[in-house]
Amino acid sequence: MRRIPVAGATVGLLATLVIVLLHFGLSSYHQGLAARVAVYFIAILGLNILIGYTGQISIGHGAFMAIGGYTTAIMSADHHLNLIATLPLSFAITFACGLIVGLPALRLSGVYLALATFALAVSVPQFPLKFSKFTGGSNGMQTAQTPGNSWLYWVTWSCAGIGFVLAWLILRGRTGRAFRAVRDSALAAASSGVSLPIYKTLAFGISAAYAGVAGSLFVLVTNGFAQPNEFGVLLSLQLLIGAAVAGLGSLWGVLAGAAFIALLPTISASAPLVGSSHGQDVVFGLIVILIMLVLPNGVVGLLARLGQRRNA
Amino acid sequence: MTTLARRLGGVTQTRKSAVSTGASVPVVLALVGVAVFLVVGSLSSSIFAQQTVAGLAQGAIFGSLALALVLIYRATEVINFAQGELAMAMTYVGYQLTIWGLSYWLAFALTLVISFIVGVAIQLVVIRPVQHRSVIAVVIVTVGLFILIDGLVTWKWGADLKFMRAPFGNTVYHVGNVAFARQDLGVLLVSILSVILLGILFRFTKLGLAMRAAALRPAAASLVGVRVNWMLAIGWGLASVLGAVAGLMTEPSQFLQPTMMQPILLYAFAAAVLGGLESPVGAVIGGLAVGVFLNLTGQYVGFATSELRLPIAFAVLLIVLLVKPTGLFGRKQVRRV
Repeated sequence: MRRIPVAGATVGLLATLVIVLLHFGLSSYHQGLAARVAVYFIAILGLNILIGYTGQISIGHGAFMAIGGYTTAIMSADHHLNLIATLPLSFAITFACGLIVGLPALRLSGVYLALATFALAVSVPQFPLKFSKFTGGSNGMQTAQTPGNSWLYWVTWSCAGIGFVLAWLILRGRTGRAFRAVRDSALAAASSGVSLPIYKTLAFGISAAYAGVAGSLFVLVTNGFAQPNEFGVLLSLQLLIGAAVAGLGSLWGVLAGAAFIALLPTISASAPLVGSSHGQDVVFGLIVILIMLVLPNGVVGLLARLGQRRNA
Repeated sequence: MTTLARRLGGVTQTRKSAVSTGASVPVVLALVGVAVFLVVGSLSSSIFAQQTVAGLAQGAIFGSLALALVLIYRATEVINFAQGELAMAMTYVGYQLTIWGLSYWLAFALTLVISFIVGVAIQLVVIRPVQHRSVIAVVIVTVGLFILIDGLVTWKWGADLKFMRAPFGNTVYHVGNVAFARQDLGVLLVSILSVILLGILFRFTKLGLAMRAAALRPAAASLVGVRVNWMLAIGWGLASVLGAVAGLMTEPSQFLQPTMMQPILLYAFAAAVLGGLESPVGAVIGGLAVGVFLNLTGQYVGFATSELRLPIAFAVLLIVLLVKPTGLFGRKQVRRV
């Protein structure tokens, strides 16, 4: 993608066109679903920058989504800030949080980082319970306005578009090169003058900021309601799985990963055998394990493999 | 992802040094100090004693689950994120058996057998194919298992609370003016007993020797005729049994629900890391320490209400990782660059 910006730009334009046209083709219900896809798209995009491009694992990005989500809820409910204006705010706050989390993460790698971020994901939803005066406790809190599905569709996909272009710009330039160098060999990167502390924490900050904005939008998509349960550990696990489905280290696969985790519950709920409530998790888990066993490179890896076969 | 994942795997692939796990003198002294503090505190305050015993009982549960994690980590350097959910599912199996009319302890024993089989089966079917790939691949598979098991249990038994017969009754013993719940003592006893039995298996049986060999030196072990892959599968089976013990011992205080083991998994992580992640003894002592620490801070630090138990465990985990990544009983890893 870095080598052929023309093709990339064409695909980008086409994608924009499809998104704009889809808005008129979809019913209100489906616009809501599509907005969900966009939310996960943003979050997985950020996670992919961290895992796929910088080689640091995180099982805790639901925590950043929680921080972003509560920023929007509190700012809207208590300070009557415009909903859109809360987005840059939660971007900034979660960026800072990401940097702070990134600092201890400097000393951790592999399994240890996985453990620490998992613990983060489990711990953070406890804070709204502890400080229930500000957050409404387990009842959650409601934003001042609840936007309609059409509004949500435009805002989420605009954010997704901005996020995608931003990620592409970051990753194609000097910073992206440094990220990949850190991923491929931290030692080699450091000895060629790439500062590990700066780029590792920066990657954490950026990916946390993406998750934060996604969290804000997540609250808006769920009827403007922020609740500790919604940001539980399962959300973090889903994001990781979305990133794995997408294929780590690829930007385009993210759409597939986002669609997978956003739409699977709806699809499996209407499937005949799975039917009611909790069958979706069974399908979800099964598919994830199957994907890891059969398609270790995610959807993009599958496409690449098919392409190779055709060329061969 | 494979190339990336292999690289990521490479980051954590370290050469196991010949230095055996063992406590250093300062660590032993610190532990003795803590023990003296707890005894003195318990003798001087009855609330302190009660909280300590309850903490030990909970800590023994954390220790069993931590030990399950350590067993798998030692053998394959993989953390099983589904360990807690597996334990939860096995507890539901035990519940179902009692519903079908078995007595508690018969159901308990049968559950352990089933857990062993399930653990071995999981390793054979889903873990072995990805085992050689990378840390991230195995982590994602265990995360998939987490969600799968969660879904299966909720599907089969529903998300509402279920109750089993109390295995130890509700008797409370009074020693002086200190009240000890029989349940706490029973939980402590069962958890510690299962850990000791496992220790005996590893130390004094041929199977245990083969398993230790397979974990420490897979190549050499297979050269002398140890079936390394089977040893890994049996390791998963034993870990699953320990998890089932932890789950069944959690049930009397938490009751059955699909999320019951999620906090306990975090406490077990903190315990395992505190113990050095490689040391079975460390996992158990780490578990007891985390249990007592959480209970005492909950009792004596006003700010540390029950909502903050998980964040406190997270803080313990993070501080240990940052200050002393080898934990209390871990060994220094020699890394070959």
